[in-house]
Amino acid sequence: MIADFGYGVLVVAFLVALYSVIAAVYGELKKQPALVESARRAMLLTWPLLTLTAGVLLYLLVNDHYEVQFVYEVTSRSMPLYLKITAWWGGQAGSLLFWSWLMSAFTSLVTLRKWDRDREFLPWVIVVGGVTMAFFIGMNVFFENPFAKLYQTFDGNIAAYTLQPANSILFTPSDGRGLNPLLRHPGMIIHPPMLYLGFVSFVIPYAFAIAALITGRTDDRWIRITRRWALWAWLFLSAGLVLGGRWAYDVLGWGGYWGWDPVEIAAFMPWLSGTAFLHSVMIQEKRGMFKHWNMLLIILTYDLVIFGTFLTRSGVLSSVHSFAQSAIGPLFFAFIGVTLITSVGLIIYRWEMLKSETQMTSMLSREALFLLNNLLFMGILVVCFWGVIYPLISELTTGQKVTVGPPFYERATSPLFAALMLLMGIAPLSAWGHSTVKTLGRAIWKPALGAAIVTAILAFTYTRNIIALIGFFLVALVILVTLYEYGRGALARQRSQGENIFIAFWNLTGRNRRRYGGYIIHLSMMLMAIGILGIELFQVETQGTIAIGDTLELSGYTIKYREVASWDNPGAGVNYTRAVVEVYDKNGNLLGNLHPRKDFYFDSQQPMTIPGQLASLKDEVYVLLIDWEPINQESTTFKIFVNPLVNWLWMGSLLFLVGIIIAAWPDKDPERVTVRAGKRAHQTSAAD
Amino acid sequence: MLNNRRLRMTNYKLPLALLVALAVSLVLAATVFAQDGLPTDDEVNKIAKDLYCPVCESTPLDVCPTEACRQWRELIRQQLAEGKSEEEIKQYFVTQYGARVLSEPPNRLASYLVPALAFLAGAFLLFRGFRMWIKPVAVEPASPTEEAASVIPPDDYIRRMEEELKKRK
Repeated sequence: MIADFGYGVLVVAFLVALYSVIAAVYGELKKQPALVESARRAMLLTWPLLTLTAGVLLYLLVNDHYEVQFVYEVTSRSMPLYLKITAWWGGQAGSLLFWSWLMSAFTSLVTLRKWDRDREFLPWVIVVGGVTMAFFIGMNVFFENPFAKLYQTFDGNIAAYTLQPANSILFTPSDGRGLNPLLRHPGMIIHPPMLYLGFVSFVIPYAFAIAALITGRTDDRWIRITRRWALWAWLFLSAGLVLGGRWAYDVLGWGGYWGWDPVEIAAFMPWLSGTAFLHSVMIQEKRGMFKHWNMLLIILTYDLVIFGTFLTRSGVLSSVHSFAQSAIGPLFFAFIGVTLITSVGLIIYRWEMLKSETQMTSMLSREALFLLNNLLFMGILVVCFWGVIYPLISELTTGQKVTVGPPFYERATSPLFAALMLLMGIAPLSAWGHSTVKTLGRAIWKPALGAAIVTAILAFTYTRNIIALIGFFLVALVILVTLYEYGRGALARQRSQGENIFIAFWNLTGRNRRRYGGYIIHLSMMLMAIGILGIELFQVETQGTIAIGDTLELSGYTIKYREVASWDNPGAGVNYTRAVVEVYDKNGNLLGNLHPRKDFYFDSQQPMTIPGQLASLKDEVYVLLIDWEPINQESTTFKIFVNPLVNWLWMGSLLFLVGIIIAAWPDKDPERVTVRAGKRAHQTSAAD
Repeated sequence: MLNNRRLRMTNYKLPLALLVALAVSLVLAATVFAQDGLPTDDEVNKIAKDLYCPVCESTPLDVCPTEACRQWRELIRQQLAEGKSEEEIKQYFVTQYGARVLSEPPNRLASYLVPALAFLAGAFLLFRGFRMWIKPVAVEPASPTEEAASVIPPDDYIRRMEEELKKRK
């Protein structure tokens, strides 16, 4: 009964979203502001409606209503309360609802803003938000109903139906199948919401871009309004990616953080185009150039968001055929096609209005280098896109299924990433409008010399690997250039304001958050690059079967097997097997005990491998329990990785998020700042 | 007719099953026989790293925890013990299960060409664009008004910094 109520509310939310679109278009075209206002309120109504729907679903999840198919598939009696709640996004139907719910929160937020100075955008922002939302709610209403219940028909078949079929009785299983154990990790609990937040919040800048195209108000107003939205979207998407990497490292048990899996790439592609967008909008803000390109980039990002959801949700990745069988796959495809064609059509329609206001004057100017940056991001995007769709093309054209794995992506993207790093070292030193080889050379020679010295030291002390040395040179260059820029600003402030150097740093960042937040992001990228270079180029591994008291050696470390124990936790429905191993360095000093584990979940019949990790700045010893003999404990198989520098990656990830938060932090109200500045000026003159 | 076919299938299945059983026991015997010189896990994993089983998508064979993948790894060990080279073993899996077991498409040209061409096309367009955009300024000597227009508005932060500097004075 309660499930039917949930479905009913969902249908109402769908109709309300559709109404808001129709009312906004009609009201705008017929010049009836009351109707547009009605559309705005309808948009505001979707959030409470979807919250109610979600509340019903959560009620069903928490109270073990296994007659509901979705609840049966993702929860079980042994799961703790918080996992029953997060199971909401642990399956197809629920995660689509989660998408719509977040989307409605964002569109509601945006409709609540002050619209005095850009009222003309409002109806079209509602249209874009409403269409996107109606599409996603429609998926739930028509194809993936989270409230469908299990019915047993007279011939004994059990299946899920939205409405009770004739001659059937409700079927209630005594327990559910339980959430996939891989999804029970804390990282996996926050990772999808972050990614989805990133996905849905990129819809807002897109909505404003489309509104700007339709209304013909193609100045940079839409960019200024959506700047922070785009940064927050980028923050969430980045956090989602980073958490996903950490989760993979901690749970998947392959000693890595990123496997170039199509599902990962699905989330990485909008991040790439979004990053290109964040850089290139600055050209439009400063120089009024490349308006077409910015429009294209945000449209691309929006459709990559939909494409990413489509890739992970339609089953297209496992096979072209499973895609053709799934009901939602072709619809997603059609939706992407329609939005892409309409949006690009609008750009062509407004082509003349989007002409640049100024001209490019130098190939080394900041704007030219930003364009190069965009070219490189697009290059990586093309590699990713091609890698994801190549197996599908191959299957369609030759019938041969192929795998496009990490070697392809690594080989194809690493020169592009290296070029991006080089650019990150040069671009902050170039000026808007005009730079020459001479001015750039004068600015860069000191940091470049410093980087060369660092590289030489590393060549003598750490490695002779040429790729690693090129990588470390670029890392050092970017770090030095960034610190140089930062230091110059801080010193200028110190001199002019008489501030302590630390305060000067702090105030400098506060005064121009986007610039210095951006520099912190660049620095964090370099820390991450150190970790990536370390693990990609120097990771070593060994695997061996040993008895208690025996040892395995790898890269100067000795791992001694102490004991293994296995026990059930019936309450949680898990069997744990935990080994104890000691780690010694090459001088025989005990560094610590590690506890690699294998958990086996009864409800889903799936194992999970939890590594034992011994972390330091230099490297990380990462031990996996692969296999053991339950009876005599005499032969236990361990796999050991030594992952050099990997913890720089995690530190970099944290700094990265800090940097984005600094850049995205709301500025003080500009008018109030002016008033205060005026007051201060008054006080100073009085003091003089 | 139907019965007949089923009969034939059974007839065909029995010897096959026997053959498989024979092969397995031979393999097992060989394992016992070659116990001492058995290839290590590391040697097996080195090859397994580049292979993917058709079921566990996106998980390389060396780290895949499923039973089926464990058997594949044993198969690799077996073939290594028989003295087969890495290439031969990979080729064996390709013949058995198709090209999808490899970590990269066999036709490298096709997989790399498209993104490379797309990137070069982008680079070409960009540089042609650069030359087109920059030319007019370089060719025509700027008239006074144009020169005024081409003065670049300074960065916000530099402007603010300069303002603050002025205030200090």
